[in-house]
Amino acid sequence: MTKITPNGHSIVVRFAGDSGDGVQLLGSQFAESTALAGSDFATFPDFPAEIRAPVGTTFGVSAFQINLGSRRIATAGDAPDVLVAFNPAALKVNLPILPKGALIILNTDEFNERNFAKANIKADPRSTGELAEFQVIEIPIKSQTLEAVKNSGLSRRDSEQCKNFWALGAVLWMFGRDRAPIEAWIRRKFAKAPQVLTGNLAALNAGHAFAESAELSAEIPQFEVGAAPMAAGDYRSITGAEALALGLAAAGELAGKPILFASYPITPASPLLHHLSKMPELGVATFQAEDEIAAACAAIGASYGGAIGVTSSSGPGIALKTEAIGLAVAVELPLVIVNSQRGGPSTGLPTKTEQSDLYQAVYGRNADAPIPVIAASDPGDCFHAAIEATRVALRHMTPVFLLTDGYIANAAGPWAIPDMAAFEPIAHNPPPKVPEPGATPDEQLALKHAIWKRDSKSFGRPWIPPGVKGLAHRIGGLEKDIETGDISYDAKNHQAMSEMRARKVASVAGFIAPQSIEQGESSGPLVVVGWGSTHGVIWRAVEAARKQGLDVAQIHLRWLNPLPANLGDLLAGYERILLPEMNMGQCATLLRDKLEVDVVPLNKVSGQPFKIAEILDAIRENYPSAAQAAE
Amino acid sequence: MNAPLSPKDFATDQEVRWCPGCGDYAILKAVQKTLADIGADPDKTAFISGIGCSSRFPYYMNAYGFHTIHGRAPAFATGLKLANPDLDVWVVTGDGDGLSIGGNHLLHVLRRNVDLQIMLFNNEIYGLTKGQYSPTSRVGTRSPSSPKGSVDTPVNPCAFALGAGARFIARGVDTDAKNLPETLKAARAFKGAAFVEIFQNCIVYNKDVFSDFTEKKVADEHQLRVEHGKPLLFAKGTKGVRFNHKSFALEVVAVGDGGVPESEILVHDETNPTLAQLLITMPHPAFPMAIGVIYRAPAPASFDQSFWEHHPTKGERTGKVADALRRASVWTKKAS
Repeated sequence: MTKITPNGHSIVVRFAGDSGDGVQLLGSQFAESTALAGSDFATFPDFPAEIRAPVGTTFGVSAFQINLGSRRIATAGDAPDVLVAFNPAALKVNLPILPKGALIILNTDEFNERNFAKANIKADPRSTGELAEFQVIEIPIKSQTLEAVKNSGLSRRDSEQCKNFWALGAVLWMFGRDRAPIEAWIRRKFAKAPQVLTGNLAALNAGHAFAESAELSAEIPQFEVGAAPMAAGDYRSITGAEALALGLAAAGELAGKPILFASYPITPASPLLHHLSKMPELGVATFQAEDEIAAACAAIGASYGGAIGVTSSSGPGIALKTEAIGLAVAVELPLVIVNSQRGGPSTGLPTKTEQSDLYQAVYGRNADAPIPVIAASDPGDCFHAAIEATRVALRHMTPVFLLTDGYIANAAGPWAIPDMAAFEPIAHNPPPKVPEPGATPDEQLALKHAIWKRDSKSFGRPWIPPGVKGLAHRIGGLEKDIETGDISYDAKNHQAMSEMRARKVASVAGFIAPQSIEQGESSGPLVVVGWGSTHGVIWRAVEAARKQGLDVAQIHLRWLNPLPANLGDLLAGYERILLPEMNMGQCATLLRDKLEVDVVPLNKVSGQPFKIAEILDAIRENYPSAAQAAE
Repeated sequence: MNAPLSPKDFATDQEVRWCPGCGDYAILKAVQKTLADIGADPDKTAFISGIGCSSRFPYYMNAYGFHTIHGRAPAFATGLKLANPDLDVWVVTGDGDGLSIGGNHLLHVLRRNVDLQIMLFNNEIYGLTKGQYSPTSRVGTRSPSSPKGSVDTPVNPCAFALGAGARFIARGVDTDAKNLPETLKAARAFKGAAFVEIFQNCIVYNKDVFSDFTEKKVADEHQLRVEHGKPLLFAKGTKGVRFNHKSFALEVVAVGDGGVPESEILVHDETNPTLAQLLITMPHPAFPMAIGVIYRAPAPASFDQSFWEHHPTKGERTGKVADALRRASVWTKKAS
């Protein structure tokens, strides 16, 4: 039979099942095979907050979506073209997002009255006509799996667990992917559990054979998704959390300093702790503190001690760390604070993504306590953002916020492996020279001045960890004299210190790259401005709009505080600014505040990333009519 | 080091800003004497404090010092000690700082057994915020926030420490210039978290709250100065503490003429946690106040030691990020 080349040279596949069905593993292994075939892709794991929600329920459905293509892929896709549903609940939850004509593969073994009841389904959807507009393939995946693994020695329960690999085998055939790398992975992963290894391999091969077998191949379509045009070089697949961990390790290596990562478990930030815990050979040590506050304090204590202190959390945890972060501002110590943003307020939607901690990062402290804020725009960018954040923290002697979100942290895509030799080393301000012992009072004063002498461009003070000979001095949260570092309640001094702290953060703008334009012209009727994880979806929407003849530009912000020095002039060149973000308008407020520009906000807070169509619609809606008439 | 340093060498040029007559002055002197006596190096010593009167301490010590935020000093100290285990780290805290807002961190620094000294200045009151009752205030303490007397049951700092898993627990008195430095030296010598509760007189808001056992003229009668291997005698050896097997409790008995023979008096065993519990919770004035090193049971290693010993590369950077980046399936895109 002929293979189908998908429309637009990309196809979206979604796997959905119970949270115990191994859907995430299935998805990530399929992504791996896609990567090895040279196609571009983006993934979106979408899982419930419950670890093992009651089996068969709609709120226990875990899903993994991947968009793969032989062209540049920027998002995990608006809607699935293929849905693999392991049970009725997974079908019910995902049916509303399926476009007409989508291919649905159902695990019919679970389509029974008991499971309909659990999912609150009144009648078998296969007989109600509600699947009429779709292409449905029914496969008894569970019984096929049990048959395939019967000689593995696994119990019935464990045998059933192999069904994700059975499905993977079938999907690998559908996309013409090589099984060998997956087999090798299974052999490595389950080397210590031979029965599981045998079972999973048997299931994988059985699924593949089933799909390939003559009588069914007419029913199961095969897709042709070839290699995507990408720059020459070496690639790997990477999630945001992995890239961030490697980026922090790289920052430590570039600075020649150890990394001490102190954090407290929280969703969706914990994967960063897990990844870093596996990187001891890169000069990384991790400390799981008793709470969020202690994690921030221990990281600051480590920075005080001469290591690069890093702490990480999600919104609620960052709230708890806030007082300690203010102290790091006051005592001018480096600190990297990673916020993997999630839906809120309060506990909110722990596993769902949002960009709603921007106010918290930029404005969220008592008193005037400015902090530089950088946001990563995709999984691979987390690596570069971590290096950049650390560079700023050490140069300016300041805490730095690195914003990522639940989407980036767990999403994956192909990533051009960077050349470490291409990075500049990360410099810091060394301790001043020590005077001879027995110094006079004048020399003592000179020493104090040297300890607190800030760089004229970056306002970074020398980094003097305890243990440095002859420089014992005291730091603390009380306001200090701008020259001697002694406690000072002097009015003029506090004014001077507050201004210095503001200038210090503003000075970062002098060191970062000027704002560039992602797509389009440097002036025109409409620009779409974004920040963080919306980069890919905005890119696709603007690309599509431009193909339709609309003169739209895209600008994506990396530094939110300070904003790039040329941003104001750049934005002035556009008639209208559209700002899509996954919150109620926080970056819009920021731009209005800092640049006094008018912004049209496009806000989405559903816990789900934007769809390309939503942004494209907004582009059309906001495209100035005069410009439209001129087209 | 050149010439040995004197206590004065550990003072800074900063004007001390505690109230005249505050017990903190005596503690400051005792600590400066302790460091001079043991030949400490100011450059390798760090004082970490939280917030409160006691927490101003680092500004007055010629050493590295970090005045942090309320209650969190143990967490900062833990991070510092992990970054540089060679430092001698002292945590300075108070009853409000350490046992109220910072109770959680005190619990964890003790059970982890981080190698540092914790001096908890207990004055049973909030001083810097002008005299509200604290978590160690006795029931009925009248204060601006409890005008009719406080109703909450106070925490016993040493019992808290023992319950948290502390392995060194001692008590001292601010003005006890003879014994306090010795207790602090023992704390300093201990490998692990050494907890020292120091009874400190807040002259303004809770004056003389401990005077019934700290005053010189009553000290002998009301303090039980414990010493490992020595009988638990006080009042110039005329009284002692005996274990009553029937009530399963301690009791105070007269010793010698008209009393029991000294052989019936308990001998202090600082490694016995059960005895430590009994000594720590003796109600005063029915019992004397136990002072000195009450409990000392070193663990094989402190937390910072274990942390780095169990770190697979002992903290060394033995690998390269360039290699780590390739620890995945890598595919090569050829130039077309």
